[in-house]
Amino acid sequence: MNHRLIAACALAAFAAPLAAQPADPIAARQAIMKQNGRDTGAGAKMLKGEVPYDPASAMVIFKNMNDSVKKFGALFPKGSETGGDTEAAPAVWTKPAEFKAALMKFEADTKAAMAAKPATLDAFKAQFITVTGNCKSCHEGFRIKKN
Amino acid sequence: MRRALIGLLVVVLAGGGLFWGLTIPDRLAPDQIGSLAGADATRGARIFWAGGCASCHAAAGAKGDDRLRLGGGAPLVTPFGSFRAPNISPDTAHGIGGWSLADFANAMQRGVDPEGRHLYPAFPYGSYQRMTKGDVADLYAWLRTLPPVAVTAPGNDLKFPFTLRRGIGLWKRLFLGDAGPVVTLPASASSAARAGQYLVEGPGHCGECHTPRGLNGLGALDRTHWLAGAASPEGKGKNPNITPAKAGIGSWSEAEIAEYLATGFTPDYDSVGGAMVEVQANMAKLTDADRVAIAAYLKAVPAVEPVGK
Repeated sequence: MNHRLIAACALAAFAAPLAAQPADPIAARQAIMKQNGRDTGAGAKMLKGEVPYDPASAMVIFKNMNDSVKKFGALFPKGSETGGDTEAAPAVWTKPAEFKAALMKFEADTKAAMAAKPATLDAFKAQFITVTGNCKSCHEGFRIKKN
Repeated sequence: MRRALIGLLVVVLAGGGLFWGLTIPDRLAPDQIGSLAGADATRGARIFWAGGCASCHAAAGAKGDDRLRLGGGAPLVTPFGSFRAPNISPDTAHGIGGWSLADFANAMQRGVDPEGRHLYPAFPYGSYQRMTKGDVADLYAWLRTLPPVAVTAPGNDLKFPFTLRRGIGLWKRLFLGDAGPVVTLPASASSAARAGQYLVEGPGHCGECHTPRGLNGLGALDRTHWLAGAASPEGKGKNPNITPAKAGIGSWSEAEIAEYLATGFTPDYDSVGGAMVEVQANMAKLTDADRVAIAAYLKAVPAVEPVGK
């Protein structure tokens, strides 16, 4: 009985990280990036005045991005360097510390934006510009356009 | 035997002389050089950002005012070896502080330094030769206002035979092309599109990376595929087609192109990446009118499907 329990625990311990690993990490990370794009677009619409500023929507945007980046780092396992139209640069794997630092900065900036609870459009704008500045700074070194 | 040797010597000397003659650096005529009297540093700043000088001549990753410290930058790593942009700060010993306007204009528009040596076309003088002499003089005036940087920039690290500078003279004869406009815009083209043509084909030198070159990157820009996308000169990925083709940015409106240049976001809120991040940071320094002009030109050039399709 005890042995069985130990075996089950051991199995669970191994299975947990496996379960966190989606079958298709390339598709999963591309889906996250698409979501980031939708969130950025929603924020830009408010900045441009195409839709009125709504503090609750602003929080959703930053929350979504914060959720995204927490999942993102685990989606670059060995073997996912190529295939599936990935635009991930080799630097993701050759400079892992820099890549991790870039992700941590995005996570920290989105967290700070949520904590700031921007009530006005101007307050939102300041946070949004800091947060979305991460897009290009990370894409500069860690993404390669294929077409 | 002796006659054969003399014959060989004559052939070698003639060949050498011919090579020497064909590779003599060409310089601007005096009337092609502007005047310092009318030069204006503030106008020169606009040309500086349009020309992207800081992207190669300031330190890699420089931000803010450090982008005005032009002591030399990160290497441009290509199949021919690594090119290093030199120190062009006004430091007399390490930079170009001792250069006259004529020296500067000849480097910018003929690819020749004051010692009469050819400059490698990684420095895009093929595009810069389309600049007006007034803009070159303004840029010179602006560069004189920047901080001197007293460091010696590292030299190029090239593979043979690209180490033979004199050979660039032949390359220029074969591949450089002239200073005329690349695209013939229709008579109906707007004044914005014409202003954009100057910025894109001249100082902006967009074609240097977005247009394919012959001979695996060694040859001339392929003008039949102008701005239709090309392999990155740094050997990784592709610089996109920016003509109004389906495979290009035909679906983007003029306003969306201008917006991208200002903010770095595409119409569907993807972001700028790779080497274009630096370029977009430069474009963001221009006025709305200049960005709209560039956009108008990019909508007016021939739509070209990408190479190999």
